[in-house]
Amino acid sequence: MSGFDVQKVRADFPILRQEVRGRPLVYLDSAATSQKPQAVIDSIVRFYQHDNANVHRGVHVLSERATEAYEGARETVRRFINARDAKEIIFVRGTTEAINLVAQTYGRKHLGPGNEVLITHIEHHANIVPWRMLCEQTGAVLKVIPVDERGELKLDAVDALMTERTRILAVTHVSNALGTVVPVKELTRRAHAKGIPVLVDGAQAVTHFPVDVQDLGCDFYAFSGHKMFGPTGIGVLYGRLERLEPLPPYQGGGDMILSVTMEKVTYNRVPHRFEAGTPDLAGAVGLAAAIEYLEALGMANVAAHDQELLAYATKALESVPGLRIVGTAREKSAVLSFLLEDIHPHDVGTILDREGICIRTGHHCAQPVMQYFKVPATSRASLALYNTTEDVDALVRGLHKVLEVFK
Amino acid sequence: MSSDLSDLYQEVVLEHSKRPRNYRVVEGHNREAAGHNPLCGDQLSVTLKVEGDVIRDIGFQGQGCAISKASASLMTGAVKDKTRAEAEALFERVHKLVTEGPEGVDVDALGKLAVLSGVSEFPARVKCASLAWHTLRAALEGRGEAVSTE
Repeated sequence: MSGFDVQKVRADFPILRQEVRGRPLVYLDSAATSQKPQAVIDSIVRFYQHDNANVHRGVHVLSERATEAYEGARETVRRFINARDAKEIIFVRGTTEAINLVAQTYGRKHLGPGNEVLITHIEHHANIVPWRMLCEQTGAVLKVIPVDERGELKLDAVDALMTERTRILAVTHVSNALGTVVPVKELTRRAHAKGIPVLVDGAQAVTHFPVDVQDLGCDFYAFSGHKMFGPTGIGVLYGRLERLEPLPPYQGGGDMILSVTMEKVTYNRVPHRFEAGTPDLAGAVGLAAAIEYLEALGMANVAAHDQELLAYATKALESVPGLRIVGTAREKSAVLSFLLEDIHPHDVGTILDREGICIRTGHHCAQPVMQYFKVPATSRASLALYNTTEDVDALVRGLHKVLEVFK
Repeated sequence: MSSDLSDLYQEVVLEHSKRPRNYRVVEGHNREAAGHNPLCGDQLSVTLKVEGDVIRDIGFQGQGCAISKASASLMTGAVKDKTRAEAEALFERVHKLVTEGPEGVDVDALGKLAVLSGVSEFPARVKCASLAWHTLRAALEGRGEAVSTE
């Protein structure tokens, strides 16, 4: 692969250099959380060893350094997703909090009885439950774009679902359970033609291919640090400035105010209005390091590796007798959900685990997807930039072992 | 196969998971309960015919992994014609077996259920093995609502 040496990449991830149960670790669960390169780990250690202090308040040198690191991370994120302005980047705990933030600020402000929230059938619970809660709070109604047997959205049903009652479209960029890449640019175009703002859940996208929020045109874009080789506890909500400016605060506390008296509070400007309390400073620093790591590899190279590996893995899994891949969208990311004969995914996962192979089994926090495909659970192998064709071969050998146990 | 895997997936376990016994709704049942493991989505229901203090008939239905199905199937065989107290005592033994292993458990008193001993090496699978038993207990206590392993 041009410009991409996967063995060199692997060497950057210390956790991969271990044996489990007497076998080399094969980590195929990056859609749940990714592993961290040494550069990210080092950046966090360095921050705590040299620069740690609270931000936006101190007059001392450490606070200046910490503020510079934190606001520098904001600028790094801006560059990574090509936002116009660093003020459009809000640090949150993760994708889940980002979506809750929009539901509870934009949603509370703009939704009432009779209004509609439009989501899709392939959302992660994080992009269902906050809207369901909002509907319960406001009397609005949740509408759902249907899915087909490949795991693609039924785009011809979309226009009828976007009505004068629709107040927001919340849609995933990549399905965590099926790997489907959703044409969010096209959906945004159609929604905007009807004046409907769009939130995109990008948790599974930013790690696999380049994302340009201006090109997509969406109003909000949410993602997590930990799925893109950064630390847990930090994530991003991007919001177009003209969308963010009129919004009320999310949580109250320090740093989100300009002045407080017992009679009156004046809220801070965007983005600080949405960042109450001391943020995850080291997390932001670690996220910036992860972005710099990805930028050095080149997201186009990462995407090419992803697609080559997906093609290889799809073919390899199809060679296993009795295996059925769930989610066969024409445009897919390197996520492979599958069923093996009538063997329950938990049994598959347990036997693979004894071979040193980590996969996810269960409903993947996407129960409506399971309900559509009429299965209680699937096994899921999710691949990342440090995975190799050898990892896929190990998975296939492991699956043959599963068949042997259940023969 | 590594030895702990073959301990987990013993012949009897695999056989019961493929051909579960008493996989039915008991006709004229007077107790029932549903069980759910939200982590993996496993669901099963247990129906009972209790006369006085004795379980005269028991059946189960549902979906789950090999361990949960085998445990449910073996359970139905083990508690039939037992008193409520005997069934409870059996659950205590099974629970100790799947969490701590066979040491200190009267394995002979468990009969076929002893094949679940391999579960103790797989902490993530303990809930699979105990789901049916929690559901049985709920049915015996007359709690109609769904029980959860969480």
